[in-house]
Amino acid sequence: MTTASGLMEIAIAITFAALALGQILCMARLAIGPTSGDRVLALDTMVINSLGLIVVLGIRQGVQIYFEVTLLVAMLGFVSTVALARFILRGDIIE
Amino acid sequence: MTLEVLGIYATAIFLLIGSVFVIVGVIGLLKFSDPMTRLHAPTKVGTLGIGMLLLASITHSFATGGSSIHELLIMAFLFVTAPISANFIAKANIHRGVCAPLPDLPDDGTWSTLTPVENERAPREEATEGGRA
Repeated sequence: MTTASGLMEIAIAITFAALALGQILCMARLAIGPTSGDRVLALDTMVINSLGLIVVLGIRQGVQIYFEVTLLVAMLGFVSTVALARFILRGDIIE
Repeated sequence: MTLEVLGIYATAIFLLIGSVFVIVGVIGLLKFSDPMTRLHAPTKVGTLGIGMLLLASITHSFATGGSSIHELLIMAFLFVTAPISANFIAKANIHRGVCAPLPDLPDDGTWSTLTPVENERAPREEATEGGRA
């Protein structure tokens, strides 16, 4: 049992590190991205990475209340990505 | 007892697989050279990476005594919305001309993403001119 929970702690630490590294690399792409499509893509990936951070935080604390947070962040990320892409495409969002 | 330990092992393995996919997708986002090629890699983060993390969450809740499968809702939402947002970004790339131009169609047709914009813009200009006249 101690081996399993120790492995679990190590896996959670590795996953946190991977998601944090992902956020940093996405931020680099957001800074250097030559086109605005790349910047929208980097922002979308950052939202998805933060979703993973919330999920792993819920696993670590062993509570279920992060489900609604994750769903709300996912919906907001999708809507903001579509709005940004339409803004690039047309110049305005609601015509 | 044994099933609980097995569930925790499965959770750890799912977490590690998910973090590998997240790292691979984000490195692809950073290293690829073309805007359209860069669109390809982060979809792995959205579907496989976060899907594995949500699967780990389901497995963990079953291993620790609870039973929650409503992470499947988030998984379904992500699987539905990831291609849509990728399609919108690709469309923005095509219309801004940052990628290679689309090849000609064999039967003398036009790409469907290029036609509606011309059809939509033309009547609007006519309408504004008509309104001014």
